[in-house]
Amino acid sequence: MVVPILMALWVSVSDWTGNGSPLSSRVHFVGADNYAALLTDPGLTQQNFATSVRNNAYFVLFVVPLQTALALLLAMMLNQRRLKGKQFFRTAFYFPTVTSSVAISVVFLFLFSSTGTVNAALGLFGVNGPSWFADPRGIFQLLLHGLGVTNPPQALAANSFMGLSWWDWLSGPSVAMCSIIVLVVWTSTGGFMLMFYAALQNLPPSVDEAALIDGAGPWQRFWRVTLPQLRPTLFLVLTLGLIGTWQVFDQVYVLSRGEPAKTTLTPAYLSYSTSFIGKEWGQGSAIAFLLFVVIVLFTLGQRWLLREKGE
Amino acid sequence: MRHTLSRTAGAVTATGLLLTLSACGGGFADSTTPATQQSGPATLKLMIASSGGAELKAMQDAAAKWSAASGGSQAEVIAANDLPQQLSQGFAAGSPPDVFAVDATKFEGYADEMLPYGDSVSYKDDLYPTLRTTFTKNGKLYCVPKDFSTLALGINTDAWAAAGLTDNDVPKNWDQLKAVAQKLTTDGRAGLVFNNTRDRVGAFLVQAGGWPLDADQKKATADTPQNLQALTYVRDLLSSGVAKYPKQLGAGDSGEAFGQGKAAMSIDGNWMVGGLAKDHPDLKYRVVPLPAGPAGPGTLSFTQCWGIAAKSKFQAQAKQLVDALMEPQQELAFAKTFGVMPSRQSVRTQYQQDFPQQTAFLSGAESAHGPVTLTKMDPVLTDFDAQIQQLPGADPKQILTQLQTNTTAALGQ
Repeated sequence: MVVPILMALWVSVSDWTGNGSPLSSRVHFVGADNYAALLTDPGLTQQNFATSVRNNAYFVLFVVPLQTALALLLAMMLNQRRLKGKQFFRTAFYFPTVTSSVAISVVFLFLFSSTGTVNAALGLFGVNGPSWFADPRGIFQLLLHGLGVTNPPQALAANSFMGLSWWDWLSGPSVAMCSIIVLVVWTSTGGFMLMFYAALQNLPPSVDEAALIDGAGPWQRFWRVTLPQLRPTLFLVLTLGLIGTWQVFDQVYVLSRGEPAKTTLTPAYLSYSTSFIGKEWGQGSAIAFLLFVVIVLFTLGQRWLLREKGE
Repeated sequence: MRHTLSRTAGAVTATGLLLTLSACGGGFADSTTPATQQSGPATLKLMIASSGGAELKAMQDAAAKWSAASGGSQAEVIAANDLPQQLSQGFAAGSPPDVFAVDATKFEGYADEMLPYGDSVSYKDDLYPTLRTTFTKNGKLYCVPKDFSTLALGINTDAWAAAGLTDNDVPKNWDQLKAVAQKLTTDGRAGLVFNNTRDRVGAFLVQAGGWPLDADQKKATADTPQNLQALTYVRDLLSSGVAKYPKQLGAGDSGEAFGQGKAAMSIDGNWMVGGLAKDHPDLKYRVVPLPAGPAGPGTLSFTQCWGIAAKSKFQAQAKQLVDALMEPQQELAFAKTFGVMPSRQSVRTQYQQDFPQQTAFLSGAESAHGPVTLTKMDPVLTDFDAQIQQLPGADPKQILTQLQTNTTAALGQ
């Protein structure tokens, strides 16, 4: 367990190209060069890494709240005592989670084609659907365009951070990335629903009944009675969601390979293509370690946000 | 508690160090030492990137045929799901397959692990010169190209006739290409379609006399008037609406758009012939060479070579296997089975007789430019593709400036 991590750490400070052992005499120590190329040295490597972090950050920002809220909503519905067909709905909601992510991704390729089902459905409402997986426009930019802002503001376009202009940082997820967001929310919700459902099943009904007797309405009971009791499960779901979304790879690999215009590039996929295709294994390993740091920071951050007030 | 923790941490660290050191022991062997060769019957591993069952079976049959004639050797054919990944694993572990297909775009990333045997084959001069160039490094032909494809122009003959065009209108240059594409464009159909990638747009660069790198692949030559002329022309085709990218037509690639009649002309590789025969057998079309640009005719080649691992213990036997796979009639059999073009010039006449529709593709062999073979250029070219995808909105001059900067950095100039 420890040795592979140490080997990967060594690779991230070396110039290994994937030929022979990373511990052979042909491999040299390069210090922080690989990390510098990703973080501080201006150039394509930094720009690609920044692009992948931006893409994945929007992915996390959209997927985690959506899948958490949707999972909780579905679990609450399943938990209704008088709900008929409970077994069917539980299975139906969970089914996408246990289906191969590759198989579902391929189905989504057809659904979101320019002439696919989704655009046909939008056509019924008079909406001219985009070329989903080919559309690199950020949705925030599209919103601004709809409001009449057709050119990027000078302050945003002319200044950059890590090789990416602020206009690009703030573009929002691309239309193509939104398709992947829909896919992942749909496939992940079922698993988290089961976690919430199990937690709800274990709540003592007496607490809810006491609140009912005291005159609390359904909305109040949810926010003040049910949700606080679900805090540990919520923490678990958010943590797993954060870790999983920052590591998104399968769907990108099958659906888009980082295209169009690199708007679906993620750090996990960038690590893969940098290593196996570009043969810059040092940089590929460094990306993996930086991704680890990001995940730890986000987990600590949400842990702090959700800490018990009285602790 | 603190004392126990520090003791545990010490134990874990010591264990980790011991394991790491034992891993070092094997690792420090000089990996450039040639593998000790074994004579006599061999068991070879042959790894390909399978494009389907037909190719795999053809390879297995060819390997079995060689086994039967070799006096006891065996060759196991492995179809890789992800060839770059599986080759990387083999090289890193020091146990690569003996013979493997090397895509031209990956060649220089693997060259250090390959036996440079190409100059010693008896049929070297029979190989197309442009393909030899692709697999030559520092003056050595490392491996023999196993087959190849080029780009040409597919024309929907029904659409052509409906637009009042005749044989005399077949475009020979850029102006004519744009003119006929304009005539062929209707509400539901684009005049021309090609994929939004350097693997198509690059042909225009060649026709203009440009290319991102110099002939030795040591210097960036992206930001030149020739390349700018080519990209500007491509932008004009797209912005005027006579050319479209496949996804704008609701198709996965140009072959699909062409086959469905959403485009009257398509720039595609010779694999389009097999694809159209299978998916759109009723389509009436012809294929002509790509129109010439300001600098003359130009197209792109796509090819793979047979690599032999420098670490293989059966290099002599591996060469014999490669020779068998490269035998002229075997190359024609491969062409028949999975649609590639033979890399040997001596079978050209017979190939054209057997596959008349491939003549336009084969005529591109002389003017075909091979792909960039440096793996470190992969992110640069991926970025170039990202820019191409944003045409016609993106500025060609800016695209080339960025490509020049990125290429210069990647080459370490």
